[in-house]
This record gives sequence, C-alpha cells and structure tokens, in this order.
Amino acid sequence: MTRMPEFPPVAAPRSAVGAPLPHDSAARHVAGAAAYIDDLDEPAGTLHVAPGWCREVTRGRLLKVDLDAVRAHPGVVAVLTAADVPAVNDCSPSIGGDPVFAESEIQFWGQVVFAVVATSRASARAAARLAVFEVEAEKPAITVFDALDRGSDVLPPYEFRKGDAGAAIAAAPCRFADGLAIGGQEHFYLEGQIAFAHPREGDEILVLSSTQHPTEIQHVVARVLGLSDAAIVCECRRMGGGFGGKESQATQWAVIAALAARITGRSVKLRLDRDDDMVMTGKRHDFRVDWRVGTDETGRILGVDVDFLARCGASADLSQGVVDRTMFHADNAYDYPAARIATRRLLTDTVSATAFRGFGGPQGMLFAERMIDAVALRLGRDPLDVRKANFYPSVDAANHGVTPYGQVVDDCVLPDLVAALEQSSDYRARVAAIDAFNASSPILRRGIALTPIKFGISFTLTHLNQAGALVNVYSDGSVTVNHGGTEMGQGLYVKVAQVVAEVFAIPVAQVRITATTTGKVPNTAPTAASSGSDLNGMAAQIAAEEIRDRMAVVVAHLLGGEPRAVTFAGGRARLGDRDLSFADVARQCTLARVSLSATGFYSTPDITWDRAEAHGRPFYYYAYGAACSEVVIDTLTGEMRVLRVDILHDVGRSLNPAIDLGQIEGGFVQGLGWLTTEELVWDSRGRLRTHAPSTYKIPTAFDVPADFRVALWEDGGNRVASVHRSKAVGEPPVMLAISVHSAILRAIASLAPGVVPPLEAPATPEAILAAVRAVKHPVEGAPA
Amino acid sequence: MTVRRSIRYLSKGRVIEVADFAPTATLLDHLRLERRLVGTKEGCAEGDCGACTVALGRLVDGRLVYEPINACIRLLGTVDGCEVVTIEDLAEGGVLHPLQQAMVRRHASQCGFCTPGIVMSLFTLYATPGRHDRDAVIDRLSGNLCRCTGYRPIVDAALEACDARPDQRPDDLFAAHAAATAVALAGLTDAAAVFVGDETRFFAAPHRLDTLADILEACPDATLVAGATDVGLWITKAGRDLPRIVHLGRIAGLDRIEETAEGLSIGATVSLAAAAERLAAWDPDLAHLFRRIGSVQVRASGTLGGNIANGSPIGDSPPALIALDASLELWGGGTLRQIPLERFFLAYGRQDRRPGEIVTRVVVPRLEAHHAFRAYKIAKRHDQDISSVMAALRLTLDGDRITEARLAFGGMAGTPMRAAGAEAALVGASLRSAGGWRPALDALRGDFTPLTDMRASADYRMEAAVGLLGRALAEIAGTPSHKTRVFGLREEVGHDAHA
Ligand SMILES: Cc1cc2nc3c(=O)[nH]c(=O)nc-3n(C[C@@H](O)[C@@H](O)[C@H](O)COP(=O)(O)OP(=O)(O)OC[C@H]3O[C@@H](n4cnc5c(N)ncnc54)[C@H](O)[C@@H]3O)c2cc1C
Ligand code: FES
Ligand code: FES
Repeated sequence: MTRMPEFPPVAAPRSAVGAPLPHDSAARHVAGAAAYIDDLDEPAGTLHVAPGWCREVTRGRLLKVDLDAVRAHPGVVAVLTAADVPAVNDCSPSIGGDPVFAESEIQFWGQVVFAVVATSRASARAAARLAVFEVEAEKPAITVFDALDRGSDVLPPYEFRKGDAGAAIAAAPCRFADGLAIGGQEHFYLEGQIAFAHPREGDEILVLSSTQHPTEIQHVVARVLGLSDAAIVCECRRMGGGFGGKESQATQWAVIAALAARITGRSVKLRLDRDDDMVMTGKRHDFRVDWRVGTDETGRILGVDVDFLARCGASADLSQGVVDRTMFHADNAYDYPAARIATRRLLTDTVSATAFRGFGGPQGMLFAERMIDAVALRLGRDPLDVRKANFYPSVDAANHGVTPYGQVVDDCVLPDLVAALEQSSDYRARVAAIDAFNASSPILRRGIALTPIKFGISFTLTHLNQAGALVNVYSDGSVTVNHGGTEMGQGLYVKVAQVVAEVFAIPVAQVRITATTTGKVPNTAPTAASSGSDLNGMAAQIAAEEIRDRMAVVVAHLLGGEPRAVTFAGGRARLGDRDLSFADVARQCTLARVSLSATGFYSTPDITWDRAEAHGRPFYYYAYGAACSEVVIDTLTGEMRVLRVDILHDVGRSLNPAIDLGQIEGGFVQGLGWLTTEELVWDSRGRLRTHAPSTYKIPTAFDVPADFRVALWEDGGNRVASVHRSKAVGEPPVMLAISVHSAILRAIASLAPGVVPPLEAPATPEAILAAVRAVKHPVEGAPA
Repeated sequence: MTVRRSIRYLSKGRVIEVADFAPTATLLDHLRLERRLVGTKEGCAEGDCGACTVALGRLVDGRLVYEPINACIRLLGTVDGCEVVTIEDLAEGGVLHPLQQAMVRRHASQCGFCTPGIVMSLFTLYATPGRHDRDAVIDRLSGNLCRCTGYRPIVDAALEACDARPDQRPDDLFAAHAAATAVALAGLTDAAAVFVGDETRFFAAPHRLDTLADILEACPDATLVAGATDVGLWITKAGRDLPRIVHLGRIAGLDRIEETAEGLSIGATVSLAAAAERLAAWDPDLAHLFRRIGSVQVRASGTLGGNIANGSPIGDSPPALIALDASLELWGGGTLRQIPLERFFLAYGRQDRRPGEIVTRVVVPRLEAHHAFRAYKIAKRHDQDISSVMAALRLTLDGDRITEARLAFGGMAGTPMRAAGAEAALVGASLRSAGGWRPALDALRGDFTPLTDMRASADYRMEAAVGLLGRALAEIAGTPSHKTRVFGLREEVGHDAHA
C-alpha cells in the first residue's frame, strides 16, 4: 500500500538494517552484568557526596546556615557551599537561574544549599541532615493561579495565530468552552541520578554521568569550575532510564561531584537517594488549559482559542522549548481553519519543571482530544467521526493543511492509518456492544475511544539538529562506532550499529559499540526529541560511507577496475568476479596507508523556524499513530480497568522492529501512568508529598491489559530522506495513551448524555468519582 | 544456652559466615558494598521497586522453597540459616538460565536496570512446582517496577519459561542441586540464640521466648523486628540509628499456623504470604485482599504480627481480621493474655501493648455458612499500593435478615475501626430491597471523619466507603460481582492466588 511518489526504490535488500535484533546489552542485562555507574569499581580513597537542603522552608531569605554539626560528623571530609564555587554558581541549561548551591535565597522545597563530602555514602547522608538553617520564610506561590496573582512569568507569554479565531468562533453555528487541569509526571527512571568524578592529569577531570547530554555536563562543569571545556571529559556508557529526566537534570550532580573531586583531589561519587531525587529534580510540566471552540453542526471545527498556563517552577530550564512544543501540538492531527494558541510560562516556587518524553507535546494533544470529545458529546456524534472530519488532509490530497505555525502538513497518513485501526479494532461493533452493556449496567460503565497522534520530529531549537560520529575500522576488520547519542534503554546503540554494519555489509556483531564520550565526538546535542537514531544514525552512516569509499579505491586498485564498480555484500568486497574479505580489505588499506578512521557530521536539512514571526517549517517530518482503548469504570468508587488496547503506529521503514515495538509499548504504558495512577501532590506549603514510589504510583504489570495488540505501520515509509526512511519513535507513543483518558471520559458521559464530564488528568479513582458525581448531580453554574 | 556470635547463610553452595556487621546493615549493602556483587540494584531502598530482588531459599516442612525478597530493606542478620540467590548465580558455566534466555528472546529489557530484580522474582516462580499462568506471572511481578518496557515482553518471557508443563521445563541448576542444598540448609539449623555485637549495639535473634524475655528485660528499648518491611524503612529512609535490634524470626513456634476448633491460630511471625494461603480458602475476597497487600516480596518477608503490631491505620489485614472477630494474643513478663483485636488499637500511634510485651498469635474464628463476608481495598493502583480506603464486613444472616453486622474500615480514622452507627442500622434489616439498607449508608457518614492526604481527600474517602458498603450489600443480596466490580471478581479469585 505504498503510495509515496518520492519513495526511492531500495537498492538492495537490507540485511542488518530492519532486522529485529536484541538490544546490544540484552544478555548482560539479564545476567546482571551490564554495569551502571554505581556498579563500577571505586578507586581507593573514593569519597561520597550527599546534598544538603532545608526541609522546613519552601521559599525565603537564607539568613544563616550553621554547618558545625555537619563538619563534626564522623567521616566528613569537606562541606561545600556557594563560597567554594571557583567560577560561576549556575548549572542552568539555558538562560540561568539554577544555582548549584542556593546563596541568599531558597526558591523551592528541595533546593540544594550545601553538599557533604565524606568517606562513605551513609556518613555523607547522615551528616547532610545535621545543618541548622535560619530562614526568613516568605509565602510561596505554588500553583499557576498563585503565580498569576503574583504576576510572575519565568519567560514572556507567546502565541500562535492563524486567521481570526475570535471572529470564526463568534460566527460559528455551535460554540463550546471548557477547561481542564493536566497533571505533571515524575520520570521515575529506575536508576537514580548519579555522577562519579575522577581527577586526572593537572586540572583535567573525567566525569562519568548518567546523562542524556554529556556535552552539556562537560561545558557546565567547565563553566562552574572556571576551566576550559577541553579539561573536562564526560562519559556515559548507559543509563538506567532517562525519559528526559537526565537531559538537564543530571548536570547539578555531575557539577557537585566534579567540584568535590577538584577540591579534594580524590575520586568522588554522588548518587542521590530516591526521595531526594524525586524532591530535587524537575518533572513534566503541569498545566491549566481553558478553551473556546466554534464548529458547524457536524463538529467540523471553524475556530479554536486556547490559553495554556504552564507551571514552570523556579527557573526557565527547558521551559521555552517544552511549552513551545505544547503549542506546536495543540492542533494534534486537526486542521484548524482559525486558531489562537496562547501560553503563559509561570514562575512558581516549586522545583523547575523540565523535559519529559514528549516534551510538552502530550499536554497540547490532550487538550485537542478533550476539545474534540467535548464537541462530539455535546453534538451527540461519535467522537471518531468528529475526529475524522477534522483530520489534516491525506498525503495524496490535492490541498494540504497548514498548521497554526505555518508548516504545510504534506505527509499525513492518518486517514489511512485510522481507517485500518478502526477496522482491526472492530471499533463500530464494540461501540454498539458497549452502549448495550451500559444501558443495563447501573454500577459499572464502559467506554471506548480511538485517538490519533501526529508528532513533529526535530528539535525546535534548530541548531540542536546536528550530530557527529566517529567510525574506526581496525586492520582485522573489526569496527568501533562512537557518536553523540546516549543509550538509555531505547536501543540507539544497536540501531546505529545496524546502520554501520549495513554500510560495510558485515555482521552487526562485528561492530563494537563504545561508551559515549565528549573526548571522541564533541559539541553534541542531547539525546532527546526522539532524534537519537535520525541524527546519530545519519552521522555514523556518513562516516562509514566515507571509509567504504576509501576502501573501494584500494580494492579497485588491487583488483583492477573502477572504485564505483566495487560492491560490498555478505562480508566481502567484490569487483567483477573477484572479491576480498572485509578483513583483507582493511588490512590492504593499512598497507596502502589509507585511513580507516572517519568522522561523520549530519545536520537536518530543510528546516526553518522564525520564532519571532511564529512561522516556518520547524519539523523535518511528522510521525503518526493511533490507539483504540476500552475501559470499564466503577461509578461507586471511581476504580477503573483498561480492558483492551489496539495500537497502530507509524515507524516509517523500521531500523529495528523489535526495538520499535518496545518503544511503542513502553511509551504507551508510560503515558497510561501519566493519565491514570501517577499523581503528584504538593501540599499548600509547596512540599511535594509524593516523593517516593510508596506514594507515587507508576504502572505495574497488572495495569497493562492482557488484550494489548500493537502493530507497526510501515506502509508509508518516510517521505523525507531520513536514515533508511525510518521514523523516530521514542516519544510519540506516550500520547497514544490519551485514548485511555478519552475512553474513561466516554464511560462517565454515558451516565448523562450530552454532558461533558469534568474529568481531570490524571484520572485517579478520586478524579473519576468526582466527574461521575458532577454529571449525576450537576452543580448550579458549572459548565455543562 | 548456646549463643552463636555470627550469622551464616548459603551462597552458591558455600556457607558465608558474617561475624562483624552493624545491627542495621541491610542485605543489599552487604551484597553490593561488602561482597561487591553489584548485579543486584538499588532503585528506591524502600521495598517498592523490586530492583534489589534476590531469592531466599528456605526449608519449609523439609521442602526447599524459594521466595523473592527486597534486599534493600531486609536486615542482613535476618537471612541467617537461608540460601541467598543473586542474579550472579543464575547462569551456569556461561550459559544463561532458561528464564534469562527467554527474556533475551522476547526483548524484555530496555535500560536493563529493573532486569536483574525481575529475573530473580520470576526465578522464584520458575522454582515453584506446577504450571504458572498469566495471573500468577502478573502477581509475581507485582513488586517489580519497569519504567521502560510496558511489561508485555516480560510477561511473555515468563510465560514461555514458567507456563511449560513441568516435564517440559528443564531442570535448572537449583532443581538439580535441591537435595544437596536441603542438606546444607539443614546443617545451618541449630538451637542457638544469635547475638552479634555488644550490649550497646547488637543484633540478637533469640530462639526461645524466655531468652527474648531476658534480652528485653536487660534492654527494654531494643527494637523488635520481624520481617522489617516497616523497620527497614526507618533505617533507609528516616535515617534512624537503631543500635539494638531483636529479631523475632527464630523464635520456635511463633511461625506456625494451627487449626483449632474455632478456626485458625496464626503465629505472629507467620509471613503475610503463608497466612494468605490459609485464609484465602475461606473467601475469595480474603484471597484477593491479601494478594493486594504489598507485593510477593513484601508478603514473603512481612509478617501478620507486624502488620498488626505496627498499629497503622492503613494496614490491610486488621480491618479484615476485625470483621472476622479475631483476637490477639500477647505475651510478656511470663504472662499471656488475649484481647479482641479491635481493642488493641487505642488511638493513632497508640496500642494496648505493655512494655516487654510482644504479639504472639492471632486467633481467627472460621467463617460459617450463615456468614457473608466481603473485603475491598481502594488505592490509586491495583498492585502494591497502600489503601486509601479499606472495607471489610461480616454479616450474620438469618435468611434475608441481618442478625449481626461487623463492619471494619481502614483509612477512615486514626486506627482500623468499626462503623458502629452503620452496624446498628443493619441489624434487623432485610437484604431483600435496597431500601432496607439505605439507612446504614447514611449512618456510615456519621461514623467517621476521615482525613485528606496525598492518597485521597476526606470527601473521597467517605464517598468511596459508602460506595463500598453499598456494593457489599448489593452483592450479598445477590448481584453477581461482575456487575459491581472492575477487578477481584469473586468467580475469578482463588485461582490466581493458588497459581
Ligand atoms: C513496599 C511495601 C508495600 C506495602 N504494602 C502494604 C499493603 O499494601 N498493605 C499493608 O497492610 N501493608 C503494606 N506494607 C506494610 C507491611 O509490609 C507491614 O505492615 C508488615 O506487615 C509489617 O510486618 P513486618 O514483619 O515486616 O514488621 P517489622 O517491620 O519487622 O515491624 C513492624 C513493627 O511492628 C513491631 N513488631 C513486629 N512484630 C511484632 C510482634 N510480634 N510483637 C510486637 N511488635 C512487633 C516492630 O517492632 C515494628 O514496630 C507494605 C510495606 C512495603 C515495604
Ligand atoms: S531498591 Fe527498590 S525495592 Fe529495594
Ligand atoms: S528496562 Fe528500564 S526499567 Fe525495566
């Protein structure tokens, strides 16, 4: 069913690329032999650091910190404060505002004030609790509404406009308005934040960090310590999960460890305790959204006007990009003829919100889907029909839609993809069966929803769309590849190895993957925005091709012929009827004094973004998908169970279908947690009450339905020349879980036809019961 | 009396003896920091993520049994006499265990950090005789969080390895060595009191009540520890120094369940898992409730005595046991006394336990034919979550008429508590029509003034409690549970508890 006119004929059947190979570390994972930073041998004399903070105060002026008891604790070697920072006391990834140690002010509950360096982890942690603080407490702003009252924005308001949304809505035959609170999310990577710093020659420091962004660690450590970037090497072999939580949030710990190593001259490890990790590091942004929409009688949207209030926390961190991405996805899959998409980025006295898989996109899309559901429920139409009526036109349509930010959507596969899922999930028959069930079920109610996603691929900060790689071939034909991307479980390393093996036509096992290090590939982007294999795969491919081209010259010279006529297949280089093994070729190249090392550099073509004008083509392409979920709720208690999930997700031409399937399933379940059980609770004083897995509940195996059918959609390939025409798959599947939230809404709505339940996110039992009660006993004046 | 000044455990067929350790040392720190066995991970240090799972082998009635435990909160001293199996032990001569192979084949790891713990949990299932279906696998994974995979491939791998017919399930190293292991474990069993340390800092594990009495007389402020699923967190999370630890797990007889004329007499150190196995047979709701207490790991270590003695208002067994009219046996200073369980809970944080006294047994009257029993737990997440509301009730019926009602709730007050008003409203009421029980629902609102916390608001707790009472009455009046609940169907439970 491939209908892409530009899709190039595939030259040769792919061997390495496209194979469902296991994760490169799978055998080591299951044997407990994959080493994470805390597992590495500690040099004799290794010291341990624990951060210290004030548990009593959320916001206030720091008058005095008495550290005598801390210093006196057995095992303590040093106590570090802002005064010990040699150069710049800031570890922000963007415009500043993230002190390594608080100086005169406490800005949020959990802000680090000092760090204890001790001979053991236990000693450091015990000592860190002994500080005595004198603080002049101030009333904190906790919610977006507190921040609005105080008038504190961390970044300027920003909006997209397409046409005159106000006029379009005013003139529309049907008009609706509502609001929605969307909760944040804790990453809960299983491996907590950790860094291990080793002093080296002179002022050099090697920092091992569990980070998605080694380059940033390198640069920020250098900045804080007043050293040159070249003095610092940051290395990461693997993370025990990242999900965005180690994009900017790994830096502070690496900086503190490096500072302690610099001051003590010894190796220093900092591993955060889980509760400290959850208190001190940022989470997904929570939002308040208010919207107005105008439609025709069938639900076709004529104009949308939406205001997003984002809680950014105490600093800017990555909020500009995150909240911009919310705006970029406030249309999700829908062609709004007119729109105003406005955002406020509010400064609150809470830990700075940060990147989390989807990077703001999920919140924008949840709004769009709720709006569609509300329209459908009010008009008495099936929500899927309203969705379809508003999709961007298909890739082969005569006219393509244009997003509110000016990008032409010319690769939309949703009409076909959704039609296929509608069929395979048996959507219509199940809707009828559910209606019949609900008609005779006073206590339990079922609901079903089929929701689409369209996710823009590329960093919207255009300069980040670059990557470097270093490929070395050794004279025995073995290969190492290194690139800027980091491995956090997503299978990037094996995918890149597959790309390199494909170039050389050798077995993937012959390509050795090595730890990501700033010493080999400099100035890299974070492994984020789902771009890991797109960018690094391309860079590695370019490097490998360069070596292969040099090899072809040598082979042509040896065997007599044209380099162009040399082919690589099955581990051999062939010219005419003669061939050489790959190892022979490598050996011949060294004898011929031809370099077998090359760097590759890739920057994504064809993307433009003018933020001031809010116009351009920020995304190289879009990834699509859809999910159909069915749930049952208990209207007496709000308990809920997911009964069945069907997913069809667009991966272009998959580099590794097994890895992609894992990303889709894992992403979906993570999204499911965000929208159901994962509730972050701050008390009125701004203290996070859910800072441990005992109170913050990510999904367990039970929460995943037994009936879980996931399929890859490869029919469309990728219209643009991405690596082997694959599509990024890291983030988009998170948003497939919106189908669950939507299904819950519909189950509740069955209690009162025509009424839109005020269901918030996450849909905990309490939130579900509140929505049930609201539709059963409507309160005077509440929006219907 | 013989005193042993070390603990001993079995590791890869070798006896490891440890004579010098802090009373609060955890098994995880011992493995990772002392023995440098770093395959076992720390994800939370509070028993909730399962990354630290190791298998504990013990002889139960002469049979070798493997159970998963959370090494992060398990005190090192309490593994005395057991076999400790860690992830490093599974592969044999470089060949992965069948379960590990299935995990690789099914792409069941991504970041890999949860993986060793998951493999160890599933290993204990593999080592359990019989076939294990999906429900059994899901239950076995209830204490293992994975943030990457979405679990589907893990469940598939587990089914591939554990759902095979026993004759098609290859014997692993452990099955092959079971007889030798049993002999070695028997060799570690002795009638000695364990005492490691000195009077100021020690880990003690007396083997008899009188020895315990002596220790408690000398050190009245010593900390009693059974499974340490609470106490472990005081150490790892609250950072408390507990210099004197007295472990109850070795005391002879306290770990036995006895069948009596009235029902069961359950020793205080009987694990939640072992208690569950017996109580589950009485009613599917008991099976489902106990299956939802913590995880397999927590239930393997945690004891029924500890679940009561900790006095928590949100412990799950007390409301169920109170509804069953259980009593508590306490022993101290040479005397035994028995009190109705509900009277043990005096107020938040205060129990009727005298200095030097310990809980020794829980006596639970059997459910009779004229009883109707229900128990429900409400939490944000189905598995391994603390209840926001727990309800348990036992009605005594005379035909359609309720002659006695025992309704006990958790999470609604400072202690597990009966709903006096609702009970009174139910006595004499008829089940025939909902009108007959409506007054009880209203009365329930007057019985409690719950609190708001991070688990639920006061308002929700009250609404849910009323909803649960309504559900129970509707069910007892005849509505099948598939029309009243989204999980824990009475028709289904039992088979997953016994898988
Ligand atoms: C991850 C996790 C999940 C959990 N989930 C649940 C849940 O869903 N539902 C639930 O109810 N509980 C839950 N718990 C708590 C539960 O495991 C404990 O309450 C357990 O039952 C306590 O038993 P223990 O043997 O581990 O007690 P310990 O931790 O050893 O002791 C607990 C307290 O009781 C005292 N004590 C113990 N035994 C005696 C005795 N015989 N006489 C006098 N005092 C004694 C101790 O001194 C201590 O004060 C969970 C715990 C964890 C870590
Ligand atoms: S480390 Fe999380 S349960 Fe032990
Ligand atoms: S594989 Fe990463 S947490 Fe399970």
